[in-house]
Amino acid sequence: MPVITLQLVIFITVAALAIASALGMLFSRNTVYSALLLVFNFTTVAFLYFMMGAPFIGLAQITVYAGAIMVLFLFVIMLLGTEQIARIEQLSAQSVAAVLLGLVIITEAVVVFLLRNPTSLVVTSGGDVVSVNEIGGLLYSQYLLPFEITSFILLVAVVGAIILTKQEKPAGKAVEGEVKK
Amino acid sequence: MIPLSWYLVLSAALVCIGVFGVISRRNAIAMLLGVELILNAVNINLLAFWRYMDVIHVTGQVFTIMVITAAAAEVAVGLAIFIAVYRNKRTIAAEDVADLKG
Repeated sequence: MPVITLQLVIFITVAALAIASALGMLFSRNTVYSALLLVFNFTTVAFLYFMMGAPFIGLAQITVYAGAIMVLFLFVIMLLGTEQIARIEQLSAQSVAAVLLGLVIITEAVVVFLLRNPTSLVVTSGGDVVSVNEIGGLLYSQYLLPFEITSFILLVAVVGAIILTKQEKPAGKAVEGEVKK
Repeated sequence: MIPLSWYLVLSAALVCIGVFGVISRRNAIAMLLGVELILNAVNINLLAFWRYMDVIHVTGQVFTIMVITAAAAEVAVGLAIFIAVYRNKRTIAAEDVADLKG
């Protein structure tokens, strides 16, 4: 076990907050609260990215995930008016899945903590922050094709979202009435 | 320096919570929230391995950016599908939308 340092204390606090907010998201009855707790979870994870020395990713996490994506979620939740979901029926299949997942994480923790080979890990010294220039250079040189494919995915998603939500006829009466109420 | 395994355990815990959310929630939007949590945990893994294995090259960060982009596209399309389903069926509870099941 490593020596207790300030960094370690901060990490444990942030990680506990992340897991607690994720659990709160899971068990919250109201979907709006779930979404807000997920925003908090994304923010704590962004803090972890800052700790790792990846400030650009941390900021992208906050702006794209906690900002844009979750606002879209909240917008749709409130538009559809499906905040309250009925009481979750505890199916037996769900408890089986829960037990399986719990076993998976316990196994993983045991394997990683106890059975790992400490010398197999090349730990590089910290302190150096990667500039955005390097990320951009790599993105536009070595990973140009995946970058272009990603942009194409975004284009398809935009067009697909517009087509899916487009009203075919002026028959949008019911939906508008629901929203106004 | 925090051990790499701690990041991995945190990431595994978040993945498990996300998978359980996808399986157990009835609301389709809540299921999509679980998927977001899973993708987020993947990003933690990518960045942790970048930090501890290959800090010279920034490949881990590049792939994280791509995962974030794919997540954004997925959310846009998924929510559009839910809006279309709600318009037709007045519900987005997962078990009520089973028309494709033969």
